Amino acid sequence: MTTVGVLQFGGSNCDRDVAKAIRNLDADAEPRLVWYKDSLEGCDAVVLPGGFSYGDYLRAGAIASQAPVMDEVREMADAGKPVLGICNGAQILCEAGVVGGAYTDNRSAKFQCEPTHLRVESTDTPFTRRYTEGEVVEVPIAHAEGRYVAGDLDALESSGRALFRYVDEDGEPSEEVNPNGSDGNLAGVRGDRANVAAMMPHPERRCDPLLGGEDGRRVFEGMVEAAAE
Amino acid sequence: MELSPDDYALVEEELGRPPNAAEEALFVNLWSEHCAYRSSRPALADLPTEGEHVVVPPGDDAAVIELDPTGDGDTLLALGIESHNHPSYVDPYDGAATGVGGIVRDILSMGADPIALQDCIYFGDFEREKARYLFEGVVDGISDYGNSIGVPTVGGQTYFDESYDGNPLVNVMCVGLVDRDSLLTADLKEPGNELVLVGASTGRDGMGGASFASEDLGEEAESEDRPAVQVGDPYTEKLLIDATREIREHVEAARDLGAAGLSGASSEMAAKSGYGAHVRLDDVHLREEDMQPWEILLSESQERMLYEVRPDEVDAVREITEKYDLGFSRVGEVTDSGRYKASYDGETVVDLPAEFLADGAPVHDLDREEPQEKTHPSPYDVSREGLLEALSDPNDASKEWVYRQYDHEVQTRTAVKPGDDSAVLAVDGVGVALSAGCDSRRVEAHPYRGGYETVVENVSNLAAKGARATAFVNCLNFGNPERPDIYGEFRDAVEGMADAAGDVGVPVVGGNVSLYNESEEFGSAVNPTPTVAAVGVAPDADAPRMEVSCDVGTPLVLLDASDDPSVLEEVAEDVASHAEASHDVSTGGLAVALAEMCGERGVRATVDGDELYDSSPGRVVVAGDPDEFDGGYESTVVGEVTERDLEIHVDADTLELSQEEIEEARAALEDAM
Repeated sequence: MTTVGVLQFGGSNCDRDVAKAIRNLDADAEPRLVWYKDSLEGCDAVVLPGGFSYGDYLRAGAIASQAPVMDEVREMADAGKPVLGICNGAQILCEAGVVGGAYTDNRSAKFQCEPTHLRVESTDTPFTRRYTEGEVVEVPIAHAEGRYVAGDLDALESSGRALFRYVDEDGEPSEEVNPNGSDGNLAGVRGDRANVAAMMPHPERRCDPLLGGEDGRRVFEGMVEAAAE
Repeated sequence: MELSPDDYALVEEELGRPPNAAEEALFVNLWSEHCAYRSSRPALADLPTEGEHVVVPPGDDAAVIELDPTGDGDTLLALGIESHNHPSYVDPYDGAATGVGGIVRDILSMGADPIALQDCIYFGDFEREKARYLFEGVVDGISDYGNSIGVPTVGGQTYFDESYDGNPLVNVMCVGLVDRDSLLTADLKEPGNELVLVGASTGRDGMGGASFASEDLGEEAESEDRPAVQVGDPYTEKLLIDATREIREHVEAARDLGAAGLSGASSEMAAKSGYGAHVRLDDVHLREEDMQPWEILLSESQERMLYEVRPDEVDAVREITEKYDLGFSRVGEVTDSGRYKASYDGETVVDLPAEFLADGAPVHDLDREEPQEKTHPSPYDVSREGLLEALSDPNDASKEWVYRQYDHEVQTRTAVKPGDDSAVLAVDGVGVALSAGCDSRRVEAHPYRGGYETVVENVSNLAAKGARATAFVNCLNFGNPERPDIYGEFRDAVEGMADAAGDVGVPVVGGNVSLYNESEEFGSAVNPTPTVAAVGVAPDADAPRMEVSCDVGTPLVLLDASDDPSVLEEVAEDVASHAEASHDVSTGGLAVALAEMCGERGVRATVDGDELYDSSPGRVVVAGDPDEFDGGYESTVVGEVTERDLEIHVDADTLELSQEEIEEARAALEDAM
């Protein structure tokens, strides 16, 4: 049995949705909701879910990134266990320096909840191994501070750290389909190691055909599969 | 603020002494229209409120019904609606945000998990900059608060009319989910139990909010009244939501602190149960120094809940609040004295008969003048240009600019998303459909008929997604009821709603009344606006969508239940079983409805010229086999699904619009913002 920790900070609000997505996988895996004051010990992988940790009253993810439990997240990352940050979780991983780059306000300066098309850029991570390279999937975003600033974009691209890119239905990236102004239309990136990733779109919201499709499911399937290896 | 001379005399007679200043302040707030429904109670008595599936009828923080009246009855829905009109004019961002916070806590008071919000927001003439400023601020406030607390905003209405120029309306509805075993109410259970205050600390914000909400807005309202608007903290609210899932197993009764703060919550709990309560104001956790006892009693600081806790459970509740970093104080106890007492610094500062304080406000006997019937002919020509104008009217145009700013997918239940007739949530294997709104121009034209139609329109929105209505809540927004013409509108509109609810056989289980929606600056009262929010259940959450994507040549059938809305239940059943696509006809009439159905495929239809823009409710257009739609409603084939674009034959004319032209016209609101 693979145990996937779902880390809950005060203000996390997609924790139960991620747990539901993992529970509904056809896999020998169980989610474990872990309050930030408790320990991730015994978890084979961890998801930092979306939400507004500590109200995002400073910068999105900034306060949560300082929580002591983040030391355990770093240890899991160093041990090669899958670590995935989604939306606010992605912001926390960047703030904590576990993944490079930073997130800032959307170009629109508004919260945006809308479907986006993503192209899979690399399949050599736990989160993308179940997809094929160049595949276009539909997964929605829901954020106000999702504009990814890469720092050194060329280095990121040349080292294969791009995982998902905002594109049109035909797989073409353009300014028009970049929902928030992210560098290189980047929707998801990995860290220095392939077992750590940050993405703004919400794969847990596309795990049920009744709710708009299942394009997000393979993110968790791949993660659970890798964690069991 | 002081009591009116009549009220003062009544209080003095009951107490056998004059009330002290703190006591008078309690009466001013708890006997306000906002808390005591003094002008509206006679009208509300007409509304049907009963049903076998109604678990908690009107009178608590929120109503509770069985999710599926044909199911096992263990899964319940809590429903509530609240207005935050005056605060939203003075401070649109905070006013709207705290409106969301307040109604969510009403749902928490029932021990329920909030699962969806709907917002009905009404502003002045869209051409006016002020209206657009308030609109943007209100949407921002709802977005920031609702998104942070992780409750999806799935529906509602955005409406513009010059009658709201000086007084916008913000009506927020919340739905919660709770198992019967975890249900809480505000009924105190036993003397000797403790009263525990959980959540944010108490400060001076929002002093006298309840009585502020019961006055007209003056010209100076924006600057003078700002201290009466509360400021929200969605982070603390989210912690309260999470903590409620654990606290509800350890407490006996709950009430949120809303209008009139601690005094409102504790005295109403005491009055409701027939027991009494004693509150120790020294023990309330404060955020400001030197607060007066009456300030602690009346503060409307947000994000606070009051619980009745058995002495042996107090530590369990304390531990949960520590886990969630929430404030906690043991502020009093349940007594059997029938008195509502508050003490401070060893002295009794309030000592009143609880029931008299909570329920003793006399009902106003108001004069009623019969409204004059008005007619509002459609402003649009029967032409291509007229049709484009209708589609780009801010009331009919796409509201994507609004709902894109609301997280409408969090909690992963939203099957039919905003922009359709109703939202449908997947819950427990069935579809829970939600609709809310009011076409107030039709109510203004004829309050009785308009009140009736508001109910029918919402039932029809549910039926268009295959759901039959199970309950309504309403939010009655009107002008100053002391004016006979306004009171006449109010009584007529409520009678219309009551008759419609009776005709469709669905109870009105809760609501809110907001009167005095007038503006000195504009010398105007708002249109009579009896917002209805409806809940329904469909056999399946995978409802037919508004846009057609089915085979070319599929017939389009108009199902008309406007003569007998009771048959909307049959419409719902047939839509659920047989419709490929389905869309309710409302503002903008068939013309706008047919244009909105165009998407992947197009629509060709034939319509009479005088019916093109007719917005009367109770009608649904479906795509499907006409033989399957043969219930007690009228059923007419009006057209068919085409490859693409819109083509309407009206008398001798043909109106044609391309899909691009439709989308461009419908983007009018987005473009203007």
